[in-house]
Formats: sequence, C-alpha cells, structure tokens
Amino acid sequence: MSAAAPLRVFLVDDEQPARERMKEVLGDLATELPNVVVGEAANGREGLALLSREPVDVALVDIHMPQMDGIEFARHLTTLENPPAVVFVTAHDQHAIEAFEVNAIDYLLKPVRAQRLGAALAKARSSGAIRRETLDRAAAAAGQGPRRFLSVSERGRIHLVPVAEIVYLKAELKYVTVRTPQREYLLEESLASLEQEFAAHFVRVHRSCLVARRRVRGFERGVEEDGEGAGWAVVLDGVAEKLPVSRRQWPVVKALAGALAERG
Amino acid sequence: MPILSQTSVPDALPDFRNLGVVARILVIVNLAALLGAAIRAPTLGLLSDAFIEIAFVVEPVLVASLCLLWAASPWLTKFPYWIGLAVIAVGIMWLTAGAQWVRPSVMTEGLGILRGASFALLLTAFLAGYFHLRNRAFSPALAEARLQALQARIRPHFLFNTLNAVLSLIRKDPRRAEHALEDLADLYRMVMADAKNLTTLAQEIDLARQYLNLEQLRLGDRLAVEWKIDEAPRDALVPPLFLQPLVENAVYHGIEPGAERGTIEVAIRRDRDRVHVKLTNPYQPEYQHRQGNRIALANIRERLQLHFDVEAELATGQTGANYEIRMALPYRKAPPQSVPGERVAA
Repeated sequence: MSAAAPLRVFLVDDEQPARERMKEVLGDLATELPNVVVGEAANGREGLALLSREPVDVALVDIHMPQMDGIEFARHLTTLENPPAVVFVTAHDQHAIEAFEVNAIDYLLKPVRAQRLGAALAKARSSGAIRRETLDRAAAAAGQGPRRFLSVSERGRIHLVPVAEIVYLKAELKYVTVRTPQREYLLEESLASLEQEFAAHFVRVHRSCLVARRRVRGFERGVEEDGEGAGWAVVLDGVAEKLPVSRRQWPVVKALAGALAERG
Repeated sequence: MPILSQTSVPDALPDFRNLGVVARILVIVNLAALLGAAIRAPTLGLLSDAFIEIAFVVEPVLVASLCLLWAASPWLTKFPYWIGLAVIAVGIMWLTAGAQWVRPSVMTEGLGILRGASFALLLTAFLAGYFHLRNRAFSPALAEARLQALQARIRPHFLFNTLNAVLSLIRKDPRRAEHALEDLADLYRMVMADAKNLTTLAQEIDLARQYLNLEQLRLGDRLAVEWKIDEAPRDALVPPLFLQPLVENAVYHGIEPGAERGTIEVAIRRDRDRVHVKLTNPYQPEYQHRQGNRIALANIRERLQLHFDVEAELATGQTGANYEIRMALPYRKAPPQSVPGERVAA
C-alpha cells in the first residue's frame, strides 16, 4: 500500500485507557506503517453499529468486553461483504489464547509493543479477514457458550437479532428464515450448525424447522401437508402460524409437551 | 508439595477462648464420664445413676478448669508449648485433688484423691494429644490454603490490564502514573508477604482500597465505590487477604461485565464482640458462567474456619439486583503497636 493510503484501523476495547494506549502505539508506528484510527467502540455491539459506516482495513479487538465479547464480535463481522481483518488483543485469557493458537489466529498481548503491533497489522492486511468457520471453531475451543445474537447483513450494515427473541428457524433453499414476533430475516447459515449451537434454546420439530423451546404454547391436531406429517402442529407464542411436526420428531416433541403440561 | 509441608504451623496450645475448642473439651470429657459410668454400672438401668454420680465430681472440676483456662489463656500462650501444657496438667490435677479434699464425703469408696488426680491427668493428656493431632492435621491445609490464596489472588488479567492502563498515563499524566505504580507495588508487597498470621482490619481495608484505586484507573466511571467503615474496628484481627479477593470478585463479576456504572459497597461495623462485613455488588445474571467466584469464596470460608473455628460465618445471597456477601467474625483486638494509622510505613 502506498503512503497515500494509510491503513484504516478500528479499535474495540471496553477500557478507555487501553484505547488511548493503542492510539499512542499506532502513532509511534505511523512513519513506518502509515495508519489512521477511523473509529473506536467500547464493546462488540457498539463496534458493529459503528463499523458498517465506513470501510475499515483492520479491527483491533479486545476479548473481555461487556454486552458482546471480542470473539462474538468477530463472528458477526464475517456477515459483511468485505469484512475487515481482525487482530485480537488480550491481557490474559488462557482459554482464548489456546483456541487462537490451535486455529492459527493472530493475537496480541497487552501491554502491546509497537514492533509486535506493526508485524500483526502487516500480516493481517496481507492475509485478510478470518474465515467464519475458523472463528466458530475458536469460539467453541475457548469454551464460549452460544452466540447471544444472530447477525444478518442488510445493505452493507449488520443487523443483530437477539437469540432470545427468535420464535423459529426454518430452512429454505439456500437460506434459513429467522422469525421473530416482529419480522423475518434471511440468514446464510446451516440449520444443522444452528441446531447444534443452540441446542438449549431450540428443538427440531421437522426436518427443516427449529422452534424456540420457551415459545412452545401447545399442540394441535389436523395439519397434514406432506408425507412426513404426524398429524400434529405446534402452536407458538408470538406468531399466528402453526408449524407441522414430523412423524420422526414427534416422540421428542411429545416429551417436551409432557414437560409443558407438568409445568402447568 | 513437600516444601510446603515442611513449613508447618508450630505446636501451640488451643485457643481456650474459642467456642469450638470449649465445645470439643466439654463433649470429650463428658463422653469419658459416660464411658466410666458404663463400666461401673452393673445394669443398663443404673447407667444414668452412675453417670450422675460421676458427673457430680467431674462437672464442677470441668467448669472450673474451663473458666481458669479462659482467664489464663493470654498468659499461657507466652510460654513454650510443653511448659504451657505442663502448667495446665499440674493445675488440673490440683483442682481435682482440691475438689476431692473439699468434699470427701461424696467419694466414700472408689476414687481417692490420688486416683482422681490421675484420671484428670490422663484425660488432660488425651485432650492435649487430640488438639495436637488436630493442629497437625490442619496445618498442611492451612499452608495449602495460603498457597491457593496467593495463586488465586490478583488475577494476571488484572496485572496486565493495570500495567497497560499505567502505560497510557505515562506521557499525559506522569504523576498519576507514578501514584498508580506505587499502589501496585504496595499491593503486591502485601500479597506476597508471609500470610501465616492474622493481620489487622485496617491493613485489609488499605489493601482493598489500593486495589480499587487501580481498578478505577482502567474502568473509570464504570466503577463507583461506597465505603461504610466509620464504625469499623481498625484494630480487629482478621485473616490476611480476606477482603481484597472478595472485592476483586465484586469487580470481576459485578462491574466488568456491565457497560453501565455500577457500585460496590463495603460496609464494616462492630457489634459488641462481633465484626460484621457486608459486600454488595451489582448482580449480572448473564455472566454467571465466569469462573473463579466459588473457588475464592471456598478458600476464604476455609481460612475463616481454620482461624476462628465455628465462630466465623460467611453467607452469600442475591437481593434484587445485587449480590451480597455477609461475614461475621469474632472481634479480637490486635496489640496496639501493630495497628497502622491511615497507611502502613513499609
């Protein structure tokens, strides 16, 4: 990159002094590696809201942050069409560091040395964004629970859908439809991986459908739309539609219905 | 850990003013009396008669001994272990013999003065042996608990983040950076000090305060601290590092996971012979999976128990939007010269 196009850097850290320090070190590096800080955020959520406004080459991301931690932030970033490269920065987080080592993700340790930061920035710029699968694996290896949001890219912006608000997830041809009481979103993820990640939240009622356990209100007889139907449909809180339960999933779902009845 | 077990706690007389110790002596002596009664009684029906007969002799001596031990406890600890033990044994033999002499009519047959004193000696020796073994059994635990306390205390996370925050100050506010490093040095000096003996509440409060100053440096407005310690007995003896780890937990679990301002409240007061400590921090239900809380709590609970036996309490609970830790310990005064003013001169 020529001197005319400095590296555009975005900072995400919940500690203001840490961001200040990073800016100082970036400033020290400026003659060697021209750069400009185009924005900063105090946590992952704020970062996602600000980031889509202007193009960014590299995001320097802290791991421990309130509201949304660094790894989840990076996972949502990958929904963007041209996601920035991410370099994680942490003071001491053994689990995350091991996960990064295993998945060959670059990271920096606080306090950060200018030399080390320069090398990481140069490397990140050349290797580009971290692939989503890599981040998913790292998140699992770091012992992180499921994401708290699903991210949907809309006109170059990232829209976050809180997992707690989702009523059901339905696989379509290429996408998964995410249904909340308010509206629908299209998600580019596989239903199988979502089922695995959010096993505690959702139950499979049909080959192509997961419903939120907390939203199950009851079951009704009568639907028989395809060959797999068990003749039962699940009634959900928040949406009017009733979703068919497959014969294969009926025993599992029935057990849930039993638990529902016991709960009162 | 062979190195640690070598540094075991030296032999010492039990603390005769501790409720747990007194209770143990009462139970063991009465069990011995019951055993004696069981041997003497010809039938089971006569067991209670036999016990009452023995109790008539034993209890006054027992109660008198415990009262004397309670009174003499500070004086006795000045002697080496074996001399202290000998003084107690001789004292109790005299007491038993004296009781026989005052009321010889009770023991018309059977126990004479000599036999009574021998029994008392035997029982004293047994009790001494019991407390000795108990001390031995717990001293590796105490050493290990100290080690755990050192390892678990002050998360590396805190050290590196604080160093990073200090680095950010050096160019803009060198003076603040200096103070911060001084606080950090004091904090680590106290953490690394030999934590074998009890320390004063004043020192523990200073330690927690320095720790919170450093946290404030990096968390800024997100951390608010309220101290309610006007009625705190600064000279109370407490286990070292009993407050700071809990304050650290409060920051780690209650402040760091939240984006908004949160308040940690430390309230310490004395109520007659008890010291009450209450620590409150915001409860962050979504972050309960963060590890470490239970380990620190278990460690402190264990150390309180080792130092104060049954007289210390620790309870935790959630009240509304807050998480609360309550502790109560016996108020023991430290010798006056060891109580610092506002700050300890190193």
